[in-house]
Amino acid sequence: MPKNEDCLDVSIWRGDSSGGKLNRYEVPREESQTILDVVYYVQRHLDPQLSYRYACRVGMCGSCAMMVNGKPRWTCRTHVNSVLNGNKVTIEPLRNLPVIKDLACDMTDFFDKWCKAKGFFEPTKTREDEIEPISPESPKRKIAAAAIECINCAVCYAACDVVERNPAYLGPAALNRAWTLVNDERDGGQTARLRAVGGDAGCHNCHSQQGCMTYCPNDLNPTLSIAGLKRATVVAALKGEI
Amino acid sequence: MIGVRLYLAQRLSAMIMAPLILVHLVVMIYAIQDGIDAQEILSRTRGSVWWAAMYGLLAAAVSVHAAIGLRSIVHEYLKITALPLNILTWAIGLFLMGMGANAVVAVTL
Amino acid sequence: MMIRPHRHQPLWFAFVLHRLSGLGLALFLPAHFYVLSLALTDIDALNGLLKWTENPLLKFVEGGLVFLLAVHIFGGLRLLALEFLPWSPRQKTYAAAATATAFFVACGFLMNAV
Repeated sequence: MPKNEDCLDVSIWRGDSSGGKLNRYEVPREESQTILDVVYYVQRHLDPQLSYRYACRVGMCGSCAMMVNGKPRWTCRTHVNSVLNGNKVTIEPLRNLPVIKDLACDMTDFFDKWCKAKGFFEPTKTREDEIEPISPESPKRKIAAAAIECINCAVCYAACDVVERNPAYLGPAALNRAWTLVNDERDGGQTARLRAVGGDAGCHNCHSQQGCMTYCPNDLNPTLSIAGLKRATVVAALKGEI
Repeated sequence: MIGVRLYLAQRLSAMIMAPLILVHLVVMIYAIQDGIDAQEILSRTRGSVWWAAMYGLLAAAVSVHAAIGLRSIVHEYLKITALPLNILTWAIGLFLMGMGANAVVAVTL
Repeated sequence: MMIRPHRHQPLWFAFVLHRLSGLGLALFLPAHFYVLSLALTDIDALNGLLKWTENPLLKFVEGGLVFLLAVHIFGGLRLLALEFLPWSPRQKTYAAAATATAFFVACGFLMNAV
Protein backbone atom coordinates (compact mmCIF):
# COMPACT_ATOMS: atom_id res chain seq x y z
CA MET A 1 0.00 0.00 0.00
CA PRO A 2 1.66 3.23 -1.14
CA LYS A 3 2.09 5.78 1.62
CA ASN A 4 3.48 8.81 -0.09
CA GLU A 5 1.67 11.09 -2.51
CA ASP A 6 4.16 10.44 -5.25
CA CYS A 7 2.70 7.03 -5.92
CA LEU A 8 -0.51 5.76 -7.41
CA ASP A 9 -2.44 2.79 -6.04
CA VAL A 10 -3.46 1.09 -9.29
CA SER A 11 -5.76 -1.95 -9.50
CA ILE A 12 -5.54 -3.78 -12.79
CA TRP A 13 -7.71 -6.73 -13.83
CA ARG A 14 -5.68 -9.83 -14.58
CA GLY A 15 -7.12 -13.01 -16.00
CA ASP A 16 -8.68 -14.52 -19.08
CA SER A 17 -11.97 -15.92 -20.36
CA SER A 18 -12.23 -18.31 -17.44
CA GLY A 19 -12.07 -15.54 -14.85
CA GLY A 20 -9.68 -13.22 -13.05
CA LYS A 21 -9.17 -10.65 -10.34
CA LEU A 22 -7.77 -7.22 -9.62
CA ASN A 23 -4.05 -6.98 -8.84
CA ARG A 24 -2.63 -3.93 -7.10
CA TYR A 25 0.47 -2.08 -8.25
CA GLU A 26 2.36 0.93 -6.99
CA VAL A 27 3.13 3.30 -9.83
CA PRO A 28 5.20 6.51 -9.47
CA ARG A 29 3.28 9.63 -10.30
CA GLU A 30 4.45 11.77 -13.20
CA GLU A 31 3.40 15.10 -14.62
CA SER A 32 0.70 14.91 -17.32
CA GLN A 33 0.56 11.16 -16.88
CA THR A 34 -2.13 9.26 -18.75
CA ILE A 35 -3.70 5.93 -17.82
CA LEU A 36 -1.88 4.39 -20.79
CA ASP A 37 1.40 5.63 -19.29
CA VAL A 38 0.43 3.85 -16.08
CA VAL A 39 -0.33 0.55 -17.82
CA TYR A 40 2.88 0.85 -19.85
CA TYR A 41 4.91 1.42 -16.68
CA VAL A 42 3.38 -1.62 -14.96
CA GLN A 43 4.16 -3.88 -17.90
CA ARG A 44 7.71 -2.56 -18.41
CA HIS A 45 8.85 -2.35 -14.79
CA LEU A 46 6.55 -4.33 -12.52
CA ASP A 47 4.86 -7.17 -14.35
CA PRO A 48 5.98 -8.15 -17.87
CA GLN A 49 3.10 -10.66 -18.04
CA LEU A 50 0.50 -7.89 -18.34
CA SER A 51 -1.29 -7.96 -21.72
CA TYR A 52 -2.85 -4.87 -23.23
CA ARG A 53 -3.32 -3.09 -26.56
CA TYR A 54 -2.27 0.30 -27.82
CA ALA A 55 -0.91 1.74 -31.03
CA CYS A 56 -0.86 5.46 -31.80
CA ARG A 57 -1.02 6.67 -28.13
CA VAL A 58 -2.31 10.05 -29.40
CA GLY A 59 -6.09 9.51 -29.59
CA MET A 60 -6.46 8.49 -33.23
CA CYS A 61 -6.66 4.72 -33.42
CA GLY A 62 -8.94 3.67 -30.55
CA SER A 63 -6.87 0.57 -29.68
CA CYS A 64 -6.28 1.52 -26.05
CA ALA A 65 -9.92 1.62 -24.93
CA MET A 66 -10.45 0.19 -21.44
CA MET A 67 -12.73 0.61 -18.41
CA VAL A 68 -11.21 3.25 -16.11
CA ASN A 69 -13.01 3.39 -12.74
CA GLY A 70 -15.96 1.70 -14.42
CA LYS A 71 -16.19 4.09 -17.37
CA PRO A 72 -15.13 3.17 -20.93
CA ARG A 73 -12.41 5.52 -22.12
CA TRP A 74 -9.38 5.87 -24.36
CA THR A 75 -6.55 5.41 -21.87
CA CYS A 76 -4.10 7.48 -23.93
CA ARG A 77 -6.44 10.45 -23.66
CA THR A 78 -7.34 10.00 -20.00
CA HIS A 79 -5.18 12.05 -17.69
CA VAL A 80 -4.59 10.37 -14.36
CA ASN A 81 -5.42 13.60 -12.54
CA SER A 82 -8.92 13.67 -13.98
CA VAL A 83 -9.90 10.18 -12.77
CA LEU A 84 -8.08 9.59 -9.49
CA ASN A 85 -10.01 8.61 -6.34
CA GLY A 86 -7.52 9.99 -3.87
CA ASN A 87 -4.52 8.17 -5.32
CA LYS A 88 -6.46 5.11 -6.50
CA VAL A 89 -7.53 4.07 -9.95
CA THR A 90 -9.03 0.83 -11.32
CA ILE A 91 -8.34 -0.39 -14.84
CA GLU A 92 -10.35 -3.23 -16.41
CA PRO A 93 -10.93 -4.62 -19.91
CA LEU A 94 -13.82 -3.20 -21.95
CA ARG A 95 -17.25 -4.38 -20.85
CA ASN A 96 -19.53 -6.48 -23.08
CA LEU A 97 -16.66 -8.15 -24.93
CA PRO A 98 -15.04 -11.52 -24.14
CA VAL A 99 -11.58 -11.19 -22.60
CA ILE A 100 -8.58 -12.79 -24.27
CA LYS A 101 -6.13 -11.89 -21.53
CA ASP A 102 -5.92 -9.12 -18.92
CA LEU A 103 -6.82 -5.86 -20.65
CA ALA A 104 -7.13 -7.20 -24.19
CA CYS A 105 -10.63 -8.05 -25.46
CA ASP A 106 -11.81 -10.17 -28.34
CA MET A 107 -13.32 -7.73 -30.82
CA THR A 108 -14.75 -10.44 -33.11
CA ASP A 109 -18.41 -9.97 -32.04
CA PHE A 110 -18.08 -6.22 -32.44
CA PHE A 111 -16.93 -6.53 -36.05
CA ASP A 112 -19.29 -9.40 -36.88
CA LYS A 113 -22.19 -7.16 -35.89
CA TRP A 114 -20.75 -4.43 -38.13
CA CYS A 115 -21.21 -6.83 -41.03
CA LYS A 116 -24.61 -8.03 -39.84
CA ALA A 117 -25.84 -4.44 -39.82
CA LYS A 118 -24.60 -4.12 -43.42
CA GLY A 119 -22.19 -1.43 -42.33
CA PHE A 120 -20.32 -1.63 -45.62
CA PHE A 121 -20.71 0.16 -48.92
CA GLU A 122 -22.53 -1.54 -51.82
CA PRO A 123 -21.30 0.02 -55.06
CA THR A 124 -23.58 0.66 -58.03
CA LYS A 125 -20.98 1.92 -60.51
CA THR A 126 -17.87 0.53 -62.14
CA ARG A 127 -14.55 2.20 -62.86
CA GLU A 128 -15.83 2.91 -66.38
CA ASP A 129 -18.67 5.09 -65.12
CA GLU A 130 -18.53 8.78 -64.31
CA ILE A 131 -17.78 9.66 -60.68
CA GLU A 132 -21.01 10.62 -58.99
CA PRO A 133 -20.87 14.23 -57.78
CA ILE A 134 -21.99 14.41 -54.15
CA SER A 135 -21.88 17.89 -52.68
CA PRO A 136 -20.56 18.01 -49.10
CA GLU A 137 -23.30 20.59 -48.50
CA SER A 138 -26.15 18.28 -49.49
CA PRO A 139 -28.42 17.51 -46.50
CA LYS A 140 -27.83 13.75 -46.63
CA ARG A 141 -24.07 14.17 -46.85
CA LYS A 142 -24.10 16.46 -43.84
CA ILE A 143 -26.04 13.85 -41.88
CA ALA A 144 -23.58 11.15 -42.91
CA ALA A 145 -20.61 13.42 -42.15
CA ALA A 146 -21.85 14.02 -38.60
CA ALA A 147 -21.61 10.30 -37.86
CA ILE A 148 -18.74 9.19 -40.10
CA GLU A 149 -15.76 9.70 -37.78
CA CYS A 150 -16.17 6.37 -35.98
CA ILE A 151 -12.86 4.52 -35.54
CA ASN A 152 -14.36 1.31 -34.12
CA CYS A 153 -12.89 1.70 -30.66
CA ALA A 154 -15.89 -0.08 -29.01
CA VAL A 155 -16.23 2.46 -26.19
CA CYS A 156 -19.93 2.97 -27.07
CA TYR A 157 -20.41 -0.79 -27.23
CA ALA A 158 -18.96 -1.09 -23.73
CA ALA A 159 -21.15 1.76 -22.44
CA CYS A 160 -24.41 0.29 -23.72
CA ASP A 161 -26.65 -1.52 -21.22
CA VAL A 162 -28.75 -3.02 -24.01
CA VAL A 163 -25.63 -4.67 -25.41
CA GLU A 164 -25.03 -6.12 -21.94
CA ARG A 165 -28.52 -7.56 -21.66
CA ASN A 166 -29.33 -8.44 -25.28
CA PRO A 167 -26.46 -10.53 -26.70
CA ALA A 168 -27.76 -10.40 -30.27
CA TYR A 169 -28.23 -6.61 -30.33
CA LEU A 170 -26.16 -5.09 -33.12
CA GLY A 171 -24.93 -2.23 -30.95
CA PRO A 172 -24.43 1.51 -31.30
CA ALA A 173 -21.30 1.51 -33.49
CA ALA A 174 -22.60 -0.88 -36.16
CA LEU A 175 -25.95 0.91 -36.30
CA ASN A 176 -24.28 4.32 -36.42
CA ARG A 177 -22.23 3.21 -39.43
CA ALA A 178 -25.34 1.74 -41.09
CA TRP A 179 -27.00 5.14 -40.71
CA THR A 180 -24.16 6.89 -42.55
CA LEU A 181 -24.63 4.43 -45.41
CA VAL A 182 -28.41 4.86 -45.42
CA ASN A 183 -27.60 8.51 -46.13
CA ASP A 184 -25.11 7.66 -48.87
CA GLU A 185 -26.82 8.34 -52.17
CA ARG A 186 -24.30 6.22 -54.10
CA ASP A 187 -25.08 3.06 -52.15
CA GLY A 188 -27.15 0.32 -53.78
CA GLY A 189 -27.82 -1.92 -50.78
CA GLN A 190 -30.42 0.11 -48.89
CA THR A 191 -33.23 -2.44 -48.77
CA ALA A 192 -31.04 -5.20 -47.40
CA ARG A 193 -29.52 -2.77 -44.92
CA LEU A 194 -32.88 -1.53 -43.65
CA ARG A 195 -34.05 -5.10 -43.34
CA ALA A 196 -30.95 -5.90 -41.29
CA VAL A 197 -31.23 -2.93 -38.93
CA GLY A 198 -35.02 -3.29 -38.70
CA GLY A 199 -34.82 -6.91 -37.65
CA ASP A 200 -35.12 -8.50 -34.23
CA ALA A 201 -31.58 -7.61 -33.19
CA GLY A 202 -31.65 -4.16 -34.72
CA CYS A 203 -32.17 -0.51 -33.96
CA HIS A 204 -35.57 -0.94 -32.29
CA ASN A 205 -33.99 -2.50 -29.23
CA CYS A 206 -32.33 0.82 -28.37
CA HIS A 207 -33.86 2.45 -25.28
CA SER A 208 -32.17 5.83 -25.88
CA GLN A 209 -30.19 5.65 -22.65
CA GLN A 210 -27.47 7.56 -24.49
CA GLY A 211 -24.52 6.00 -22.73
CA CYS A 212 -22.98 5.75 -26.20
CA MET A 213 -23.21 9.48 -26.80
CA THR A 214 -21.97 10.26 -23.30
CA TYR A 215 -18.73 8.30 -23.74
CA CYS A 216 -17.89 8.54 -27.44
CA PRO A 217 -14.42 10.13 -27.54
CA ASN A 218 -15.13 11.46 -31.03
CA ASP A 219 -18.34 13.24 -29.89
CA LEU A 220 -20.51 11.08 -32.11
CA ASN A 221 -24.15 10.41 -31.25
CA PRO A 222 -25.20 6.84 -32.06
CA THR A 223 -28.56 7.38 -30.32
CA LEU A 224 -29.35 10.09 -32.85
CA SER A 225 -28.26 7.83 -35.71
CA ILE A 226 -30.38 5.01 -34.33
CA ALA A 227 -33.38 7.36 -34.10
CA GLY A 228 -32.82 8.05 -37.81
CA LEU A 229 -32.75 4.32 -38.51
CA LYS A 230 -36.01 3.89 -36.57
CA ARG A 231 -37.65 6.49 -38.81
CA ALA A 232 -36.18 5.00 -41.99
CA THR A 233 -37.24 1.44 -41.15
CA VAL A 234 -40.76 2.57 -40.18
CA VAL A 235 -41.19 4.37 -43.51
CA ALA A 236 -39.82 1.38 -45.40
CA ALA A 237 -42.09 -1.02 -43.49
CA LEU A 238 -45.16 1.11 -44.14
CA LYS A 239 -44.26 1.18 -47.83
CA GLY A 240 -43.87 -2.59 -47.81
CA GLU A 241 -40.20 -2.45 -48.78
CA ILE A 242 -38.98 -4.48 -45.81
CA MET B 1 -35.93 -8.75 -29.60
CA ILE B 2 -38.00 -5.98 -31.09
CA GLY B 3 -38.20 -5.61 -34.86
CA VAL B 4 -39.74 -2.82 -36.90
CA ARG B 5 -43.29 -4.23 -36.79
CA LEU B 6 -43.42 -4.63 -33.02
CA TYR B 7 -41.84 -1.19 -32.66
CA LEU B 8 -44.54 0.31 -34.90
CA ALA B 9 -47.29 -1.43 -32.93
CA GLN B 10 -45.78 -0.11 -29.71
CA ARG B 11 -45.54 3.49 -30.90
CA LEU B 12 -48.96 3.47 -32.61
CA SER B 13 -50.70 2.02 -29.56
CA ALA B 14 -48.96 4.72 -27.49
CA MET B 15 -50.22 7.48 -29.77
CA ILE B 16 -53.76 6.07 -29.60
CA MET B 17 -53.62 5.79 -25.83
CA ALA B 18 -52.17 9.20 -24.98
CA PRO B 19 -55.32 11.26 -25.62
CA LEU B 20 -57.65 8.48 -24.38
CA ILE B 21 -55.76 8.13 -21.09
CA LEU B 22 -55.84 11.87 -20.52
CA VAL B 23 -59.62 11.82 -21.07
CA HIS B 24 -59.88 8.87 -18.65
CA LEU B 25 -57.83 10.72 -16.02
CA VAL B 26 -59.89 13.89 -16.29
CA VAL B 27 -63.16 11.94 -16.16
CA MET B 28 -61.97 10.00 -13.11
CA ILE B 29 -60.72 13.05 -11.21
CA TYR B 30 -64.07 14.69 -11.84
CA ALA B 31 -66.15 11.61 -11.10
CA ILE B 32 -64.60 10.65 -7.77
CA GLN B 33 -65.15 14.02 -6.18
CA ASP B 34 -67.50 13.65 -3.20
CA GLY B 35 -67.00 9.89 -3.28
CA ILE B 36 -68.39 7.40 -5.77
CA ASP B 37 -70.26 4.12 -5.78
CA ALA B 38 -71.04 1.44 -8.33
CA GLN B 39 -74.53 2.72 -9.12
CA GLU B 40 -73.21 6.19 -9.91
CA ILE B 41 -70.64 4.80 -12.34
CA LEU B 42 -73.02 2.39 -13.99
CA SER B 43 -75.84 4.91 -14.37
CA ARG B 44 -73.50 6.89 -16.63
CA THR B 45 -71.84 4.08 -18.51
CA ARG B 46 -74.46 1.34 -18.92
CA GLY B 47 -75.88 1.21 -22.39
CA SER B 48 -73.48 3.80 -23.75
CA VAL B 49 -71.97 2.97 -27.12
CA TRP B 50 -69.50 5.82 -26.83
CA TRP B 51 -68.02 4.72 -23.49
CA ALA B 52 -67.84 1.16 -24.80
CA ALA B 53 -66.03 2.31 -27.94
CA MET B 54 -63.60 4.53 -26.11
CA TYR B 55 -62.74 2.07 -23.35
CA GLY B 56 -62.75 -0.85 -25.76
CA LEU B 57 -60.15 0.92 -27.90
CA LEU B 58 -58.17 1.87 -24.80
CA ALA B 59 -58.19 -1.72 -23.49
CA ALA B 60 -57.03 -3.06 -26.87
CA ALA B 61 -54.27 -0.46 -27.21
CA VAL B 62 -52.99 -0.95 -23.66
CA SER B 63 -52.92 -4.74 -24.10
CA VAL B 64 -50.70 -4.43 -27.17
CA HIS B 65 -48.51 -1.77 -25.57
CA ALA B 66 -48.02 -3.57 -22.25
CA ALA B 67 -47.32 -6.92 -23.92
CA ILE B 68 -44.57 -5.45 -26.09
CA GLY B 69 -43.17 -3.36 -23.24
CA LEU B 70 -42.99 -6.41 -21.00
CA ARG B 71 -41.37 -8.33 -23.87
CA SER B 72 -38.28 -6.11 -23.60
CA ILE B 73 -38.09 -6.53 -19.83
CA VAL B 74 -38.60 -10.29 -19.96
CA HIS B 75 -35.95 -10.68 -22.66
CA GLU B 76 -33.36 -8.48 -20.99
CA TYR B 77 -33.71 -9.74 -17.43
CA LEU B 78 -35.04 -13.29 -17.70
CA LYS B 79 -33.07 -14.07 -20.88
CA ILE B 80 -36.08 -15.62 -22.60
CA THR B 81 -35.73 -15.62 -26.40
CA ALA B 82 -37.20 -16.79 -29.70
CA LEU B 83 -40.33 -18.96 -29.58
CA PRO B 84 -40.86 -18.93 -25.78
CA LEU B 85 -40.58 -15.14 -25.88
CA ASN B 86 -43.15 -14.88 -28.70
CA ILE B 87 -45.53 -17.20 -26.87
CA LEU B 88 -45.17 -15.20 -23.66
CA THR B 89 -45.76 -11.89 -25.46
CA TRP B 90 -48.93 -13.21 -27.09
CA ALA B 91 -50.08 -14.76 -23.83
CA ILE B 92 -49.69 -11.48 -21.94
CA GLY B 93 -51.41 -9.53 -24.71
CA LEU B 94 -54.34 -11.90 -24.94
CA PHE B 95 -54.68 -12.15 -21.16
CA LEU B 96 -54.86 -8.37 -20.79
CA MET B 97 -57.17 -8.07 -23.78
CA GLY B 98 -59.49 -10.69 -22.31
CA MET B 99 -59.62 -9.07 -18.89
CA GLY B 100 -59.99 -5.64 -20.47
CA ALA B 101 -62.86 -6.73 -22.70
CA ASN B 102 -64.50 -8.33 -19.68
CA ALA B 103 -64.22 -5.07 -17.73
CA VAL B 104 -65.55 -2.95 -20.61
CA VAL B 105 -68.52 -5.29 -21.08
CA ALA B 106 -69.19 -5.32 -17.34
CA VAL B 107 -69.38 -1.56 -17.19
CA THR B 108 -71.11 -0.69 -20.45
CA LEU B 109 -73.46 -3.54 -21.22
CA MET C 1 -27.44 1.95 -3.93
CA MET C 2 -24.28 1.26 -5.89
CA ILE C 3 -24.94 2.51 -9.41
CA ARG C 4 -22.27 1.61 -11.91
CA PRO C 5 -20.33 4.74 -12.94
CA HIS C 6 -21.28 4.65 -16.61
CA ARG C 7 -24.90 5.10 -15.55
CA HIS C 8 -24.36 8.39 -13.72
CA GLN C 9 -26.19 10.46 -16.26
CA PRO C 10 -29.72 11.90 -16.34
CA LEU C 11 -30.89 10.14 -19.50
CA TRP C 12 -30.18 6.75 -17.99
CA PHE C 13 -32.37 7.66 -15.02
CA ALA C 14 -35.08 8.77 -17.44
CA PHE C 15 -34.91 5.30 -18.97
CA VAL C 16 -35.09 3.58 -15.57
CA LEU C 17 -38.07 5.70 -14.54
CA HIS C 18 -39.86 4.90 -17.77
CA ARG C 19 -39.21 1.19 -17.42
CA LEU C 20 -40.18 0.98 -13.73
CA SER C 21 -43.33 3.06 -14.22
CA GLY C 22 -44.34 0.88 -17.17
CA LEU C 23 -43.77 -2.27 -15.13
CA GLY C 24 -45.78 -0.89 -12.21
CA LEU C 25 -48.66 0.07 -14.46
CA ALA C 26 -48.59 -3.32 -16.23
CA LEU C 27 -48.84 -5.09 -12.88
CA PHE C 28 -51.67 -2.80 -11.73
CA LEU C 29 -53.72 -3.30 -14.88
CA PRO C 30 -55.10 -6.83 -14.32
CA ALA C 31 -56.22 -5.85 -10.82
CA HIS C 32 -57.93 -2.76 -12.22
CA PHE C 33 -59.71 -4.80 -14.92
CA TYR C 34 -60.77 -7.40 -12.35
CA VAL C 35 -62.31 -4.85 -9.99
CA LEU C 36 -64.29 -3.30 -12.84
CA SER C 37 -65.58 -6.70 -13.96
CA LEU C 38 -67.18 -7.06 -10.52
CA ALA C 39 -69.89 -4.72 -11.85
CA LEU C 40 -71.31 -7.77 -13.61
CA THR C 41 -70.60 -10.52 -11.14
CA ASP C 42 -70.63 -9.02 -7.64
CA ILE C 43 -71.77 -5.41 -7.42
CA ASP C 44 -71.62 -5.39 -3.62
CA ALA C 45 -67.96 -6.32 -3.72
CA LEU C 46 -67.40 -3.48 -6.20
CA ASN C 47 -69.16 -1.02 -3.88
CA GLY C 48 -67.11 -2.33 -0.96
CA LEU C 49 -63.86 -1.80 -2.85
CA LEU C 50 -64.89 1.68 -3.98
CA LYS C 51 -65.65 2.58 -0.37
CA TRP C 52 -62.29 1.15 0.69
CA THR C 53 -60.52 3.50 -1.72
CA GLU C 54 -61.87 6.51 0.14
CA ASN C 55 -59.30 5.78 2.84
CA PRO C 56 -56.62 8.56 2.69
CA LEU C 57 -53.82 6.00 2.48
CA LEU C 58 -55.43 4.55 -0.63
CA LYS C 59 -55.81 8.06 -2.03
CA PHE C 60 -52.07 8.43 -1.59
CA VAL C 61 -51.50 5.15 -3.42
CA GLU C 62 -53.82 6.29 -6.20
CA GLY C 63 -51.80 9.50 -6.39
CA GLY C 64 -48.73 7.33 -6.77
CA LEU C 65 -50.39 5.47 -9.63
CA VAL C 66 -51.25 8.74 -11.35
CA PHE C 67 -47.62 9.77 -10.88
CA LEU C 68 -46.46 6.54 -12.54
CA LEU C 69 -48.90 7.18 -15.36
CA ALA C 70 -47.79 10.79 -15.87
CA VAL C 71 -44.11 9.83 -15.74
CA HIS C 72 -44.68 7.09 -18.27
CA ILE C 73 -46.75 9.21 -20.64
CA PHE C 74 -44.49 12.26 -20.60
CA GLY C 75 -41.39 10.08 -20.79
CA GLY C 76 -42.98 8.31 -23.73
CA LEU C 77 -43.82 11.60 -25.44
CA ARG C 78 -40.21 12.64 -24.93
CA LEU C 79 -39.13 9.41 -26.64
CA LEU C 80 -41.50 10.00 -29.55
CA ALA C 81 -40.08 13.53 -29.93
CA LEU C 82 -36.53 12.20 -29.79
CA GLU C 83 -37.22 9.59 -32.43
CA PHE C 84 -39.50 11.39 -34.86
CA LEU C 85 -38.77 15.09 -34.50
CA PRO C 86 -35.59 17.07 -35.21
CA TRP C 87 -33.07 16.57 -32.46
CA SER C 88 -32.56 19.15 -29.77
CA PRO C 89 -29.62 18.89 -27.34
CA ARG C 90 -31.90 20.12 -24.58
CA GLN C 91 -33.20 16.60 -23.92
CA LYS C 92 -32.07 16.72 -20.31
CA THR C 93 -34.21 19.80 -19.71
CA TYR C 94 -37.18 18.05 -21.28
CA ALA C 95 -36.63 14.98 -19.09
CA ALA C 96 -36.65 17.20 -16.04
CA ALA C 97 -39.74 19.04 -17.26
CA ALA C 98 -41.48 15.72 -17.83
CA THR C 99 -40.90 14.63 -14.25
CA ALA C 100 -41.97 18.02 -12.93
CA THR C 101 -45.21 17.88 -14.88
CA ALA C 102 -45.80 14.39 -13.54
CA PHE C 103 -45.53 15.69 -10.00
CA PHE C 104 -47.92 18.51 -10.88
CA VAL C 105 -50.55 16.16 -12.24
CA ALA C 106 -50.22 13.80 -9.28
CA CYS C 107 -50.58 16.68 -6.84
CA GLY C 108 -53.62 17.91 -8.72
CA PHE C 109 -55.18 14.50 -8.36
CA LEU C 110 -54.43 14.34 -4.65
CA MET C 111 -55.76 17.79 -3.92
CA ASN C 112 -58.99 17.10 -5.74
CA ALA C 113 -59.50 13.68 -4.29
CA VAL C 114 -58.70 14.15 -0.61
